[in-house]
Amino acid sequence: MTDNWIILGATSSMAKAFARAVADDGARVFLAGRDLKDLETSAFDCTQRGAPLAEAVLFDARDANTFGPIIDRVTKEDGTINVAVFVGSMPPQADIDLDPSLIDGVIADSFTGPAKFLQSIAPEMEARDSGTVIGVGSVAGDRGRIGNYVYGSAKAGFHTYLSGLRNRLTRSGGHVVTVKPGFVDSAMTWGIEGMFLVAPPEKVASDLLTAVEKKKDVIYTPFFWRIIMGIITRIPERIFKKMSV
Amino acid sequence: MLWKTLTYAGWGRVKQATGPVARPERLTSLADAQEDNAGPAIGNCRSYGDACLNSKGSAINMTRLDRVKSFDPDTGILHVEAGMRVGEIARLYAPFGWLPAVMPGTGFATVGGCIANDVHGKNHHGAGTFGNHVTEITLASGNTTRVITPQDDSDLFKATVGGLGQTGVIASAKLQLLACKGDVMTVTERRIDGFNEFIVALDASQATYTVGWIDATAKGDALGRGILEEGETGYGLMPEKKKSKSVPFNAPRFALSSPVVKMFNNAYFKRVPESGRTSVKPIQDFFFPLDRIHDWNKLYGKRGFMQFQCVVPPSQLDALQRMLEKIAHSGLASPLAVIKRMGSGRAGMMSFPMEGYTLAVDFRASAKAYKLIAELEGMTANAGGRVYLAKDATLEAKHVPTMYPELDSFAEIANASDPKGTLETDLTRRLRIRSAS
Repeated sequence: MTDNWIILGATSSMAKAFARAVADDGARVFLAGRDLKDLETSAFDCTQRGAPLAEAVLFDARDANTFGPIIDRVTKEDGTINVAVFVGSMPPQADIDLDPSLIDGVIADSFTGPAKFLQSIAPEMEARDSGTVIGVGSVAGDRGRIGNYVYGSAKAGFHTYLSGLRNRLTRSGGHVVTVKPGFVDSAMTWGIEGMFLVAPPEKVASDLLTAVEKKKDVIYTPFFWRIIMGIITRIPERIFKKMSV
Repeated sequence: MLWKTLTYAGWGRVKQATGPVARPERLTSLADAQEDNAGPAIGNCRSYGDACLNSKGSAINMTRLDRVKSFDPDTGILHVEAGMRVGEIARLYAPFGWLPAVMPGTGFATVGGCIANDVHGKNHHGAGTFGNHVTEITLASGNTTRVITPQDDSDLFKATVGGLGQTGVIASAKLQLLACKGDVMTVTERRIDGFNEFIVALDASQATYTVGWIDATAKGDALGRGILEEGETGYGLMPEKKKSKSVPFNAPRFALSSPVVKMFNNAYFKRVPESGRTSVKPIQDFFFPLDRIHDWNKLYGKRGFMQFQCVVPPSQLDALQRMLEKIAHSGLASPLAVIKRMGSGRAGMMSFPMEGYTLAVDFRASAKAYKLIAELEGMTANAGGRVYLAKDATLEAKHVPTMYPELDSFAEIANASDPKGTLETDLTRRLRIRSAS
């Protein structure tokens, strides 16, 4: 049975590496994002790497009208329906301080947009008694920090949503993997000060595939971020509130 | 963010640059970067010296633009973005009977870099250079793109191929792939006892892919001894490739000291039995033998290394032999030394190849090595030969106009395409390539 993978936010380098990896496994891929012209090139690239079918589909996390057509398109195909969520946006915290209305966009991109999409497609997955959701969250969602707490809180909301969805889809043979990447070498982190232990997107993509195969619930990638965040979340709040990590 | 201030180096690590580097992940961000702070495009920085460096401005790293845009399985025409690696094309298409028509010694080289340096491979005597198989190039400048072909834009095309990135940022290119039987190689290795025999063997070789490894430490009667490798593509089944290894730290000096290299070379020579041998290898192992060891440049220690590569016309074999003698007596050579017969194929005004013989030798960076290489460069110039700019870190600007007779026409086209000189690199400034009259 051939898998179908819907990849939300497919222009990111992590998503591109993941799409290539599932294409190599012979899955059909639907690359969802706003820059259709760019995604069409990525889609053709996937066909050359083993995807029997690859299409670019319009997706805007802030516009729920774009969700239905994607779901209609994918449900025409046989096989398991899987969704990988790579969307999210992280404007500099200083910009948000100047214009608090930016918060709406961050929450829509990183949490409510993908949650609405998943909520709409969940019944289709249940009907097929299968399917995997990969939700890319962030270590920033594990604790609010001065540098990016708006983004962090959106991701924290998304983590909680994913945990609930896992609870639901398990009943019909489905599965949800919550992924918390540390710093990934992508356009989002390029040129930002203070990055360390930056992982290449291909490494993250292969970690995601392993997590799907092994039906992991929550993974950190690379793995050592579990230890780092284990320490950070255990720092007492009265000390943490004075720190800038 | 668009820009990151980076210190980056050529593969030999003797030359470095520090400056803002953008790494666009889609075409719109490439346009943004160029509008914001135009600079030369760079790839995986596998050129050895400073061809991939710009310490006086910005650079645009193209490695994330690495997708296949189209492929015609009937004709073998492949359209790829400039950051696509040559080895990746081989990996994707060899199982279906297609290979890049020309492959350099590393699969990590990007298509953009292969065009900008008009690279050659082990089949140069038959197939010419990489640029001989490029049917179309898209140059990007901000939001405007220009598509050029060898037919319709003959001069600009010849200035772009081998043009060190000076005519514009190469965004994508169409390549005519070469039909092959499959993704394994039949390789015949033979011991060659000396310089003259090597030349005879190279001239007599009928193989599609031919390369000679030279023991650059051997002197006297053994001068120029080595191993001739001949390869043909074929169909077969090979076990999965072993995982690649990497060099974790800079090696200490003694790792490549003269006695160690002599010992290594002797063993490497005797590895092939006196009677020679034929074996079957995965294509990567034949074309990209060093790619299995990531960061092998660290073996030369933190000061880095230089590669001297020249080509001389067939009438100048004496000069080549004298160079080899000089290298052997210096005791500075590393195990990496290669000799090859070159054909006349070249696709650009600044392309390296010419009919003749090419010699490439690596040296760990040292004052003695700089002096030796300067002498070898002088000998090359006197012999009417050329030094390969993709490898170069040391050439004197005065040699360039004689080695590259089309320099003036090239400079004129480059200056017209890039009037502000934003695409200049450390190499073009050092060799005054854009200021030729």
